[in-house]
This record gives sequence, C-alpha cells and structure tokens, in this order.
Amino acid sequence: MSGRTVYDKLWDSHLVKQNADGSALIYIDRHILHEVTSPQAFEGLRMAGRKPWRLDTNVATPDHNISTDPSERAAGVEGIPDHTSRIQVQTLDDNCEHFGIKEFKMNEMGQGIVHVMGPELGATMPGFTVVCGDSHTATHGALACLAHGIGTSEVEHVLASQCLVTQKMKNMRVAVDGTLGVGVTPKDIALAIIGEIGTAGGNGHAIEFAGSVFRDMSIEGRMTVCNMAIEAGARVGLVAVDKKTIDYCRGRQFVPEGEMFEKAAEYWRTLVSDEDAVFDAEVRLNAQDIAPQVTWGTSPEMVVPVTSVIPKAEDQTDLGKQKGIQRALEYMGLEGGAPITSVDVDRVFIGSCTNSRIEDMRAAAAVVKGHKVASSVKQALVVPGSQMVKVQAEAEGLDKVFIEAGLDWREPGCSMCLAMNADKLGAGEHCASTSNRNFEGRQGSGGRTHLMSPAMAAAAAIAGHIVDVREFAGDRL
Amino acid sequence: MKAFAQHQGLVAPMDRANVDTDMIIPKQFLKSIKRSGFGPNLFDELRYRDEGQPGQDCSQRPLNADFPLNWPRFANASILLARKNFGCGSSREHAPWALEDYGFRVIIAPSYADIFYNNCFKNGLLPVVLTEQQVDMLFEEMNATEGYQLTIDLAAQRVIRPCGDSFEFSIDPFRKDCFVKGLDEIGLTLQSTQAIKNYEKTRAAEQPWVFGAIK
Ligand code: SF4
Repeated sequence: MSGRTVYDKLWDSHLVKQNADGSALIYIDRHILHEVTSPQAFEGLRMAGRKPWRLDTNVATPDHNISTDPSERAAGVEGIPDHTSRIQVQTLDDNCEHFGIKEFKMNEMGQGIVHVMGPELGATMPGFTVVCGDSHTATHGALACLAHGIGTSEVEHVLASQCLVTQKMKNMRVAVDGTLGVGVTPKDIALAIIGEIGTAGGNGHAIEFAGSVFRDMSIEGRMTVCNMAIEAGARVGLVAVDKKTIDYCRGRQFVPEGEMFEKAAEYWRTLVSDEDAVFDAEVRLNAQDIAPQVTWGTSPEMVVPVTSVIPKAEDQTDLGKQKGIQRALEYMGLEGGAPITSVDVDRVFIGSCTNSRIEDMRAAAAVVKGHKVASSVKQALVVPGSQMVKVQAEAEGLDKVFIEAGLDWREPGCSMCLAMNADKLGAGEHCASTSNRNFEGRQGSGGRTHLMSPAMAAAAAIAGHIVDVREFAGDRL
Repeated sequence: MKAFAQHQGLVAPMDRANVDTDMIIPKQFLKSIKRSGFGPNLFDELRYRDEGQPGQDCSQRPLNADFPLNWPRFANASILLARKNFGCGSSREHAPWALEDYGFRVIIAPSYADIFYNNCFKNGLLPVVLTEQQVDMLFEEMNATEGYQLTIDLAAQRVIRPCGDSFEFSIDPFRKDCFVKGLDEIGLTLQSTQAIKNYEKTRAAEQPWVFGAIK
C-alpha cells in the first residue's frame, strides 16, 4: 500500500461507515454555527422532534449580519436597525439557549467571524473534521483539519447525527518553493495560485499546500491561503502539522493542558503526508515569481501582478474567454491595456475571514502609519476579525494608528465581505478589499471589488488608487 | 417526515410549463428564518391581487379569482398536477417547504428541474413522473370531473385513476424505500446510530481531547 496524504489520514480517522455506492458517513468533530445559515436547521430539528447529538461539539457566534458600527453595537441586539438582521441574531441566541449550545454572543469576548474565532479559541484543533454553514470553512485546514462549508440541511444533519454523508475527494498538492520577496504576502500567494489553476482548478480535490513557503509561513498566513482554496474550486485546503501548528494551539481556551496536551500533540505530529503518498494532481509555483496580486475582474482568477496591465479581450484566442473578459471589463468599468495601478479606489475594506487577524492588522497599520487616507477615498474600513483581535490590536495601539490616518476602526463581523449589513459599496464604486470574492454585487449592488493583501489595500487607501506597496511603502514593510 | 405507501387525495391543476421556484415562493419570503408556515404564500403572485410581504396575515388579502387553487372545488387538494420542467430556477428549499406546508403530498408532472426534484424527497413531497400524454389525459379527466381524486400507490409504483385503470411510474428504489419508511436523510443516518456510537467509543479511548472540550 502506498503512503497516505494528510487528507487520506483525516478521512480514514473519521470514517464511520463506507457505503457500497461510494458515499460514506463521516464523523464531525467541530461544528461552528452562525445566525444566517442555522435558523431553519434548528427549526427542522424541532419539527422532527430531534435533539442535538452532542452538545460539546457545537460552538456558535453571530458574525454575518451584525453591525460593525460601534454605537449601534453598543445598543445590543435590540439596537440592530435592520429588522431581518435583528431577528436572525435574536433567533441564534434563542436557539443556542434552548438547545444548550455554547455561544459567544454579539458583544462578548470570544465573538468573531466564525473562521477567526474557531482557531483562536482552540475550538478547532489539528486532526479535526470541522464544518460550518459558510463556504470559507477551509480556513481551519491551516491546522491540518478536514474542514469545509456545508448548507443549511447539512447543518441540521450534523446537529442531529454528528455525521455527514459525503464522498471522498481526490488529492492535489500545490507546492510553492523558494523565498518570497518583500511585500509579498500569503494573500498574494493565494491569488497567484488561483490565477494559475483557475477557479475550477481544484474541483473535486482537497488541496494540500506544501513547500518551503508554507513551512516558513505563520499559522495565520496559512489560514489566509487555506481560506481561498474554495476560490480555486477546492472545498478543502490544508497544511500539514509542524512545530508552528503545535505551538499555535498551546494554551488556547478549548485546547487541553498538561499531559493531555502532550498526548494530543504526539498524535498531531503524525498529520503529515507520507513520503510515498500519491497525489492525483500536482501544481508547482516559484516564490520568486510572485509579485503582489490584484484582481481586476469579477472572478478571483481575473488577477494580475500589480506591476502589470489589465488584460485586453482581443488578446485571447478563445471566444468564450474573450466574452468573459469583455463582460468583466464592462462591469468593472475598466479599459483593457491600462496599468492596474491606474484604477482609483472609492472605498477600502480591510477585514473578512481571509485577512482580519492580528498579523493583517499589523501589516496594514505599518503601511498607513503617519500618513493620511487620500481625500478622494470616501471610506476606509478596518474591521478586526474578532473581539480578541480587536483587544490585541488596541493593546498594540493599532486602532490609534488607523484612526489618525483617517480609517474607521470597527467592531468585529463579516461586514463588507458580503455586505449583508450596512457596510456596502455603492453602484460603480471601486473597492480595494482584503476579502475573498469579487463577484458582481458581492460587496453591494453594482460595486466593483479589487481583491488584494492588507498591505496593498492600506497603500491604496493612502494613495487613492491601486499602487505597488513595495514602491509606495518599501521602507515600512 | 410523514411516510406513506399509498396516498389518495384531491387533484388540483398548475397548468403551465416551466413553473419556477420564484413563482412557487417569491424571493421576499427567503429572508425568513423559518422553514414552516410558507403555505399561505405558495404561488403568492398568482394567488393574490396584491404583493405579499413576509409575516403578513394572508386571510385579509384580495384573492385572484382566476387562479384555480382559489376555487372551492380545489380546496384541500393534496395532489398537484403540473406541466414539464416544474421547479426550475434557484435551488431554494423554500419551494418544497411551501408546497408541503400548503398540504401537497404528491406532484405529478412530465419532468422536474433536478435540484427541485432532489429537494422534494428531502421534504416529504413525492414527485411523480408520467409521460406528457398521461399528464394530458389526467388534466382532461380532472377538468371534466368535480372532486377528481387520484390514488398514488407508491409500493406498486402506480397512479390509479377513478375508473380503476392505472399508470406505472418509475422511482429510484432507494428513494422509494426512504419514502415508504418515512426516512429523510437524517433519519437514514440515524439508522446507523450504533455505528456512530461505536465510532465515538473507540475515538474517545484513543483521542479523549476530542470530547468534552466545549462547555
Ligand atoms: S467574512 Fe465573508 S467569507 Fe468569511 S465567514 Fe464572513 S461572509 Fe463568509
């Protein structure tokens, strides 16, 4: 038998039952819930007279739909101005109370974007299967978890049975070796990979990110990359366990201590792909070739290095591709052939489960420190991913740096990543955004999203247009 | 999920092709946090003369008298006779929820949109496929006969007409079995309760930290 990949090991250790038709029953270790995709699942449980299978596996928090405005937040659940949002948040509180599920409520310490709070509380640990009703659940794969998003019926399924019916994916390895240039961040690597393999490149696969770049990368950086696996078509992205993984977990709220921790760590160390493991697909990138990346279009694969120009439709031979580029250019209001740095930005969003952790806050603050947001920029939001990130950032004085530079320092939530609350783009507005999706209307109807790293978004806020952070703030990186 | 091996009920018509999920339940109702109670808003735009809003008392709204479901002869129908490509459009599960909540147990049509077809089984609604000629014939009989009832014999996979003749239909044996036993997907998984418990026992012995962490 040939060796096994990390994904194979995770799969094998969670297999409850293999069915003859190829489907399998997989055990779920951690289920994270939020206000938007859970209410019907809870109602379904009630209607069927079922109870949660286990209580000590679920953890809930509101994030998608809550206000990030400090004064609105201070008014509590009753103060949420939008009727639907208020009911969703209240319903999550009620359901958690009713079923006995651990919840970090809107203004409680521990609350945050599901994919930020899970790892930081130690609710996600290496070797776990982790699910959540949000497609960016792959984030938790940074801790060598088998983590993916699920829909509302599956939320109910997991609540009721602690299992999911699913099929095994194929293995893909994306290796990036070499040394990254200054100003090139995990976000740039994620975007470069998507640019390389396309948004369908990882379909049906679990991607393992390997190579020296990921070995050298912090756990938070690995989360940024795994987060974007779904944008490359893979529901699962992960990185093998190393010393950093174990050090990251030590001392977190839900992680065991003492002897139990050592026992767990001993097992976690086995979560690496065997030397002779076989991958169904392999992709290699060279770190030296990667510059800071910016998306110009309406799909994450419509991405270019910041040193480059916006593509022209006529340069494509494939008619379908031509049309796709043409359509995206029209929506974005851009001209093919122009330098990407010529694009002015109306708003800046630094946040989302992709880039709202403390390292992201530090990177953005370093760039804006001592500068002012360009007068042409209507709004520059900094939304920390969790209460813990917020407290840490404030302890380091980062909030002051942002405020002095003219950025808004907000309360934790998903905010302008999906624009369910009041943080939105107006029609036609360009946004330098650290989130993960630049689909039409994602950040507000008619809004135009440019995905990039926190340092790049911060630089765009100061410059008023997309800019190469290496030239703009080279001395501060 | 309510099980049945046989169902007899009044038939009501939805006489147009390509009925999409937005027609079945308009999108303003998707903001709801509920999965029950959509029955009064089933086919909202066709059924009422005003625009429906979530949470409204539908008994006070002006009815569209031209819409068959509003006719007394179709009151309490539990079988919906429909045309081809029923349920196309979005994947929203609110569509089968609304049909089920209204009181439908069976739909008969020449074809369905894929996702809708799957979603029906998840929600206790039986989508029966007959040929276009057969569906035509049922429409004719129903139009001519007040109180027209059909019997769906799921066990025998037959739609039995009042005259006693019947049409055979096909259905995936696994889905049929689940339906007859009243097993939704969760119920099916819960048939493996013992296997899940055994798994937990082994895992807890090997990796005790997986359990009990969140309190
Ligand atoms: S920040 Fe965006 S992608 Fe992340 S959990 Fe929230 S809505 Fe989903």
